[in-house]
Amino acid sequence: MQRFIIPRFLYMFVTMFFVSIVGFVIINLPPGSYMDVYRAQLEAQGTTTTERQLETIIRQYGLDQPIYVQYWKWISGFVQGDFGRSFAYNKDVSELIWERLTLTMLISISTLLVTWLIAIPIGIYSATHQYQPSDHFFTTVGMIGLSIPNFLLALIFMVIAAMVFDQSVGGLFSPAYEDAPWSLAKVWDLLKHMWIPVLVVGTSGTAGLIRMMRGNLLDVLKIAYITSARAKGLPERRVILVHAVRNAIHPLIMILGTSLPQIISGATIVSMVLSLPTTGPLYFNALLQQDMYLAGTFLIFLAGLLVIGNFLADILLVWIDPRIRYT
Amino acid sequence: MATSASAGKLFSGQETQQSSAISPTKLIWRRFLRNRLAIAGGIVLLLLYLSALFADFLAPIPHTDVHEDYVFVPPQLPRFRDKEGNFHLRPFVYGLESELDRDTFRWVHHVDYDTIYPIYFFVKGYEYKLFGLIPCDRHLYGVNAPGVFYLLGSDDLGHDMLARIFKGARISLTIGLLGVTLTIICGATLGTISGFYGGALDTLIQRIIEFLMSFPAIPLWAALAAAMPATWSPLQRFFAISVILSLIQWTGLARQVRAKVLAYREMEYTTAARAAGASDARIIFRHMLPNAFSHIIVVATLAIPGMILAETALSFLGLGIQPPQISWGALLKQAQLVSVLLQQPWLLIPAFFVIAAVLTFNFVGDGLRDAVDPFSL
Repeated sequence: MQRFIIPRFLYMFVTMFFVSIVGFVIINLPPGSYMDVYRAQLEAQGTTTTERQLETIIRQYGLDQPIYVQYWKWISGFVQGDFGRSFAYNKDVSELIWERLTLTMLISISTLLVTWLIAIPIGIYSATHQYQPSDHFFTTVGMIGLSIPNFLLALIFMVIAAMVFDQSVGGLFSPAYEDAPWSLAKVWDLLKHMWIPVLVVGTSGTAGLIRMMRGNLLDVLKIAYITSARAKGLPERRVILVHAVRNAIHPLIMILGTSLPQIISGATIVSMVLSLPTTGPLYFNALLQQDMYLAGTFLIFLAGLLVIGNFLADILLVWIDPRIRYT
Repeated sequence: MATSASAGKLFSGQETQQSSAISPTKLIWRRFLRNRLAIAGGIVLLLLYLSALFADFLAPIPHTDVHEDYVFVPPQLPRFRDKEGNFHLRPFVYGLESELDRDTFRWVHHVDYDTIYPIYFFVKGYEYKLFGLIPCDRHLYGVNAPGVFYLLGSDDLGHDMLARIFKGARISLTIGLLGVTLTIICGATLGTISGFYGGALDTLIQRIIEFLMSFPAIPLWAALAAAMPATWSPLQRFFAISVILSLIQWTGLARQVRAKVLAYREMEYTTAARAAGASDARIIFRHMLPNAFSHIIVVATLAIPGMILAETALSFLGLGIQPPQISWGALLKQAQLVSVLLQQPWLLIPAFFVIAAVLTFNFVGDGLRDAVDPFSL
């Protein structure tokens, strides 16, 4: 087991290193930089003292030097917790992102849990009731769930909430708690708001998982050991839940690593529509305003989550499936 | 499969000779036709593409025409019965009177039940070029001059939503096709090379794939879309977006093709071909790719809806297709606010076209997958 984990762990760092390079280059691709915009703003205000500050920033991040120097300055700060400066907010990136990243993770992980809790029982039910009306019903609902763009679902939810319940559903907190320090009441308020984004982000994932679980289970049920389990007189319930599901669930664990990033990725757009205080809106604004350190930091954090997720999924898979040889 | 089909025919006692000659393509087609959902999906899909192709013919007003007097007109339904209850064989619409509400500063449209504009078919209208070549001025329907007919309503500039949806379909429906073509070229080539030659080349390609897969898709697309210079022409943007979308998509296909090629490499027919002195290229193109082709087509069909959704999302956020070009996502951009949706719900109509396209592509893809599987009955 260790012989598998250690190289896999090291490989994770190599990937992250390349991801950070490519991410930095992509974020720096747009012609011009935020510094030009910033300088123009300052000049319009006619301030001269800040010109010196500007010089300091340029020197600190090496903005007048070639891109590999800029990258090196940024990444060596990155590993020490200095993610650079957000020019649009005029704050350090590290001040801006932590709370948003935490909320993003909270929503994503809850979505993942909800998705699995809904999808696996339905998938098992569909497979054991193949081609019955209930199976067709779930297949159709799943297909529709896959086909509706997430942001559209978010819009529909908001319209329904506005029309039926006469309340606005944007955001994650009631205005009273928005800037309040964390307390039990604030957590409760968060939970009350969270179910809409969780449902909206979870739909397409749930539909995909149901179809996958159904297909896998149907494949496993054709294998001879299921017939022999039935032949030796095991109750059907035990055959399905203990013998079949355990083997049918492996491919799902394999995609566990990719489903978290997919959820985070999908949540970025939903959070734009629902105006959630998560990473999504900040990231897109940073992209549009060429606030490169902010956008770059998010891109790398999101990619990092993906890489870590894949790593954990690989280990989990090796752990639960003895048939996989770790090479 | 061919043998079992002929065996079946043998028992029923019909032309054994002919049925043993059914080609695999015919068998796939037969199995596909048995799937009603896939057929229905295919028909809807065909209609969607035809409506994109004949967008100018179907729309009475050019999609770029601005009408200040007819801002946010709700969808007008063709009517058959006038206010006196008389039945008209030819459908008609009522006239509209627009008035600025002094309190809300919004245009309000009153239906004028006294003026009737009959709807004529195959009318002469603005000139356009059919297929971009044939000059033409006929339109499917229209009303006479002072009257207007917005079947699906109008937007904030008085654009005809119907014309815009069909024009937008051109971009939304082709960007997926183009992206998938790039995906197939890239994925099939690299997947085949990776599986066929193995060794260091295989490792390198697999590492690149894993690397590309460790980027979150939508944030990466958004970052790349944001990096497009504003000076690019609409055509360049269009191509760039499909390249961006296929940048991650090809990795999945490459992996599946590689797995297939790895399996084919061990098959007897490959050994036989090699023993007969066939070159690598011949083995790949004559023996392996035709085998993997049906599989590639299925994966590609199922990848198109994802691309349509991705383009919609990017344009919705303002990072994809830019005005004056329109796509379904760009049209939905104006429906971002709940306040807008509550007052002008018809602005959400493009979304139903997105859903229809994605749903039908999924149905067709599913049908194809079942049809090409030689083990399914």
